[in-house]
Amino acid sequence: MSQPAGDATAATAAPAPLDRLLFGDNQFFGINHMSEEKARSQSLRFQEIEAVIEVLDAAYEEGIHSFMCTTHDRIGLICDHVRANPDRYPDFRFLPGMPYAHKYANAVTEQGMLGAVKGFLPDEGLVDAAMRGGKSLATRDIEGMVTLLIDAEMKMFQGLQAPVVFLQNVVVDLLLGLGFKEAFVIFDRHVRERYGAEPGFITMNLPALLDVLEEVGIENPVICSNINKIGFRMCGGIEAYEETLRERRFRAIAMSVFASGALSPEEAIEWVCAQPNIESIVFGASSRRNIAGTRALVERHWRR
Amino acid sequence: MIRVGMVGLGKMGLSHHAIFNAHPGVRVAGVCDSSRYVLSVLGKYTDVDTYSDYEAMLEQVPLDAVVIATPSSAHTGMVTAALERGLHVFCEKPLTLDPEESETLASTAQERGLATQAGYHNRFVATFREVKKLVDSGVLGDLHQVTGEAYGPVILESQGRTWRSRRAEGGGCLYDYAAHVINLINWYCGTPSGVGGTALPSLFSRDTDDAALSTLYFDSGLTGQLTVNWSDESYRKMTTRITLRGSNGRIYADRQEIQVYLRDASLAPEAYGEGWNVRYTTELTPPVWFYLRGEEYSEQVDAFVRRATEGAVEGTNDFAGAAMTDRTIAMMVADAARGPSTARENGDVPVKRRRRRLLARRASA
Repeated sequence: MSQPAGDATAATAAPAPLDRLLFGDNQFFGINHMSEEKARSQSLRFQEIEAVIEVLDAAYEEGIHSFMCTTHDRIGLICDHVRANPDRYPDFRFLPGMPYAHKYANAVTEQGMLGAVKGFLPDEGLVDAAMRGGKSLATRDIEGMVTLLIDAEMKMFQGLQAPVVFLQNVVVDLLLGLGFKEAFVIFDRHVRERYGAEPGFITMNLPALLDVLEEVGIENPVICSNINKIGFRMCGGIEAYEETLRERRFRAIAMSVFASGALSPEEAIEWVCAQPNIESIVFGASSRRNIAGTRALVERHWRR
Repeated sequence: MIRVGMVGLGKMGLSHHAIFNAHPGVRVAGVCDSSRYVLSVLGKYTDVDTYSDYEAMLEQVPLDAVVIATPSSAHTGMVTAALERGLHVFCEKPLTLDPEESETLASTAQERGLATQAGYHNRFVATFREVKKLVDSGVLGDLHQVTGEAYGPVILESQGRTWRSRRAEGGGCLYDYAAHVINLINWYCGTPSGVGGTALPSLFSRDTDDAALSTLYFDSGLTGQLTVNWSDESYRKMTTRITLRGSNGRIYADRQEIQVYLRDASLAPEAYGEGWNVRYTTELTPPVWFYLRGEEYSEQVDAFVRRATEGAVEGTNDFAGAAMTDRTIAMMVADAARGPSTARENGDVPVKRRRRRLLARRASA
């Protein structure tokens, strides 16, 4: 962890700014929103963790030290590698996003909703939950259970720098749709108190989410959402996003800036860099050439 | 503003609840589930009124529509109760496990002028919708072959504990997974006049199938093939593919892209020319007001809300269309129970007794 748990200064001091460029991990897991063929060739290419580490090394050498990743089991191997080589990666920062949703979705089909939750709780889960102020499953106090699930997902990052911890968009947007606002507060509080980290929220519904986060008292939140020139997966519309960026107080991370390849890199980066108040851009790439290319484009167009 | 009751809060139900709740034209007036735990959590942390009894909810809450996402075997009774009260109905797929019942539900809704919709969300996927547009335009010439495939990593070990692992309740690859592909084939090609060579093998499941293979015969001379397997870990998530071949070319589509090869483009719609044409979901997908798991889930909800508001009886995924899929599935179940044709004709090909029993059980389920 970047800071010791319970460090009071962590919550009150102004949060450290995020790096301008964050490196994403979709390409390593065969996720491509445009082509299944491309997704498969990527998943073949990155089958061995060494191939992933090679690309991460290239990014690190290009000065991109923040890795925004899922909590997929294979990320654990990268964590082990970074932990084993502290001298090589003094500034390597993980920005994990949880939960890795597909494993939960498939588990729900197989074991039902409660079965899946129990399956992912650590072995000592029920006992521990009881210690956390209420037998979670029995007394319907969801807080103990949620924090246990977070801790289970955070285990692999032990001893590593993790300055921001994200809640993935499938969960954020489900909670947003259900109106389960208290869950955002639970996540926010636990990430700050237990990990001394900044909570982050990934969403496809930026304007609507920001309204709710403000309503429950989460100020100046880190929010990662699609921000691209063609409005791809920007719910509420591109104008609402532009207005939100211009007028609202939050820390914006732009993802899907290339709109899954629908935009040329130059056009995409030029547009996103011209938007106000964007703190970071998260991008994925599979080669040093593309990493360096994106970095150069951002250096050229970022006017702040 | 329509008042909606949500019934069943499993994986699909929760997702529907979130999307309906986010719709500006909807007020979720009540939710109903048999799990008191799920109800108590929702009741405690959100504003919604909860019910553990469906009939009680229908009795006590003024509603315009219900969304039913319960195990498939419960659909017929619940849909009937809703239609009899004059409610519009959105129901998860498959509509029922018996095509006669599905057809009855469709005609009841028709008579009462109610909007119905089944949860075949693939019809709202932009690429698959584009396929429909192309097929209906006739640009492929005479259709002679359709191939529908789906693969995914759902059941990878033998430990199912929910209704989804029991065939009698509508669980299994055919009802749960292949139904989506069959529904797309029905959309493009209609109901087959017959099926053959159906196999519903089990890999990990004890009481149901993990794959569905079948040949579909259509009156027009078109032949179809279905290959579906939900125990394939090499896929990250469900992957659905459709290929259509005609005298003038070929269409391939998955949820991300559509590839069209045309021999002669003189009758092609705008944006399509001779040879290869590739279009991606990023250009074909219109924006939605709220996104949870894919634009198609939001669009199907919006389509239903519009139809319920307007009282539009016919529309994409109405029960009449869903009944076609249930009819096709029933043909496949019966065909699989008959076994390989050589066994039937010669009576001398050994078929394992255990397998026969399983197939017979399926046919009677």
